[in-house]
Amino acid sequence: MNGTALIFMLISEGIIAFVTIYFFMKVLRSKKGFNQEDESKND
Amino acid sequence: MASKEKWGTRVGLVLAMAGNAVGLGNFLRFPVQAVQNGGGAFMIPYFVSFLLLGIPLLWVEWSIGKYGGIFGKHSTPFMFHQMNKKWLWKYVGVFGIFTNLAIASYYSYIESWTIAYVYHSIVGTFSSMNQHEVAGFFSNYLNVSSATTGIPYESIVFFLICLSINIWILSKGLSGGIEKASKIGIPLLIIFGIFLAIKALTLKAGHEGAINDGLAGLNFLWTPHFDSLANPKVWLAAAGQIFFTLSVGMGSIQCYASYLREKDDVALNGMAAGWTNEFIEVIIGSSIIIPIAIGYFGVDKVVDLVQLGGLGLGFKTMPYLFSQWGPVLAAIAGAAFFGLLFFAGITSTLAMGQPVMAFLQDEFSWTRKKSALAFGFAILILALPTIFFFEYGVFDEYDYWAGTVTLVVFAMLEVILFSWVFGMGKGWKILTTGAEIKIPSIYKFVMKYITPVILILVFLGALVRPEKDDWSTLFSTKYALHEESILGKILNKSIKYNKEYIADTYYAEWDGTITNVSNKSIIVTDLQGNQHPIELSDKDKPIVQVNQQIKAGDALYSGFIVNHILWITLSRLLLVSVFILIAWLVRKAYIKQKHALL
Repeated sequence: MNGTALIFMLISEGIIAFVTIYFFMKVLRSKKGFNQEDESKND
Repeated sequence: MASKEKWGTRVGLVLAMAGNAVGLGNFLRFPVQAVQNGGGAFMIPYFVSFLLLGIPLLWVEWSIGKYGGIFGKHSTPFMFHQMNKKWLWKYVGVFGIFTNLAIASYYSYIESWTIAYVYHSIVGTFSSMNQHEVAGFFSNYLNVSSATTGIPYESIVFFLICLSINIWILSKGLSGGIEKASKIGIPLLIIFGIFLAIKALTLKAGHEGAINDGLAGLNFLWTPHFDSLANPKVWLAAAGQIFFTLSVGMGSIQCYASYLREKDDVALNGMAAGWTNEFIEVIIGSSIIIPIAIGYFGVDKVVDLVQLGGLGLGFKTMPYLFSQWGPVLAAIAGAAFFGLLFFAGITSTLAMGQPVMAFLQDEFSWTRKKSALAFGFAILILALPTIFFFEYGVFDEYDYWAGTVTLVVFAMLEVILFSWVFGMGKGWKILTTGAEIKIPSIYKFVMKYITPVILILVFLGALVRPEKDDWSTLFSTKYALHEESILGKILNKSIKYNKEYIADTYYAEWDGTITNVSNKSIIVTDLQGNQHPIELSDKDKPIVQVNQQIKAGDALYSGFIVNHILWITLSRLLLVSVFILIAWLVRKAYIKQKHALL
């Protein structure tokens, strides 16, 4: 691969991978309750 | 009676939202758009569009949904009515049901192709075919009367299987159906994608018939062409790609978010789902079809192939390329690729079903099962014209009006409702209540001014798109409408010669040569070498001969001719009728609610 293409790819994919993992980990680690009602209430 | 359904887990919600956004376009549309619009440089307008259009719209839609859910409203007409009582807004909200119904009707048909192609990949249908035969297989498959498996009306059989799976999952409910399907579908899709990407990027020139390394494809896709950034077409393409990949402007995000509680987070959830879509699109989507195609065909041919669009590249070419890897690996790769597309598709059609079902459940007290069946029945009725009249352009009409134009119109109006009519202050409060990330306050400004302006520009751009995308002609006498512009479509600019609904003579649409004439068909080969077969009925009489040179507009045959324009016009009327029918149901539900309050 030529250098410019490689830089563009690494920067773009690097940003996206980092931010996605960051937000996803934040969701997984969140201690906040979420829809804690009894599931049997679902119709 | 408002539905009491809720999401089971937060990860389930995020995956369902990501599944809603991840669609076939992530793998078939994005890489083609990147190649056609500046390669690596395309990522600059793409990121700008994501920051200024995608993220604000995600937050607006999540917030509208959460606000509606507080009042037990899960469909956009009544969410919008809750935000502003003027009569107009609930009818703007009709788009949020209409687009889901109309898009699902042709999208589930594409989804059914993926099931058929998984089947054909596993049984080895493509193993002995050359590239031309694989492309021909796709055309045969779309011809309803043909039977590539020996099953009569095969494409309809696969469509019914696909529709039944959708109805079954939808009837299981939000956490028991959609959420479970997303928790299975999205991880599997990522696993299949990683497998194919590894295989694509490790292709070696000289091995398994490849003429280039797989990395040559990445090089081709990512090499930046900075001069493209001066072309408004590239910026419009990037805005369009961000818009369509995130599934905004549909009403499905609002519907999913309406099953949250007032204090639940939408800011972080929205980001996790939106960025997951980007991860799948940019990282996995760019590493499959283009590297494999470049590996086998080289740059010049791929430049030609991308003109076919992503669907053409995916269905007409990939099975042939997989067959170069030997029978076992070809079956695995084919099943993985079309399986990946199936999971991408079904997680999106499920998201299209829920708003329609929620409307029926909330406003007419229908049960979940009855609503799911009604959705399936509506899809079946609306899909039949796209299946039977596919070759007459009905499918493309649905995609253009329901899958493109109405999304932009809906998003434009909803962001104005949220930021200006409902008020940015109230909107911001909903967005930030329970938020687990700090949202930069600049986004107040972006949501109020930048995003609406971009959407208005995108809409106006689509309305008056110039011929050959030459924007320099816009205010000059050379200006002419592009046939794919909204005005060009309304004026049927793409149809040049056969403009009557029913005629007694059929005229050539191309310059070229007659290469075959029989009682059943005439084949015109145009100046670029493309063949255009024209089927004849028993009563049609050819008035040209083999090897005759023709010009566009020359008469080809006489008889009783029903031109494509009739089917195109009827399909538009059908879509308008569906919109009016939903608006009527909304009015009926509104009157019912008013009477209940008295």
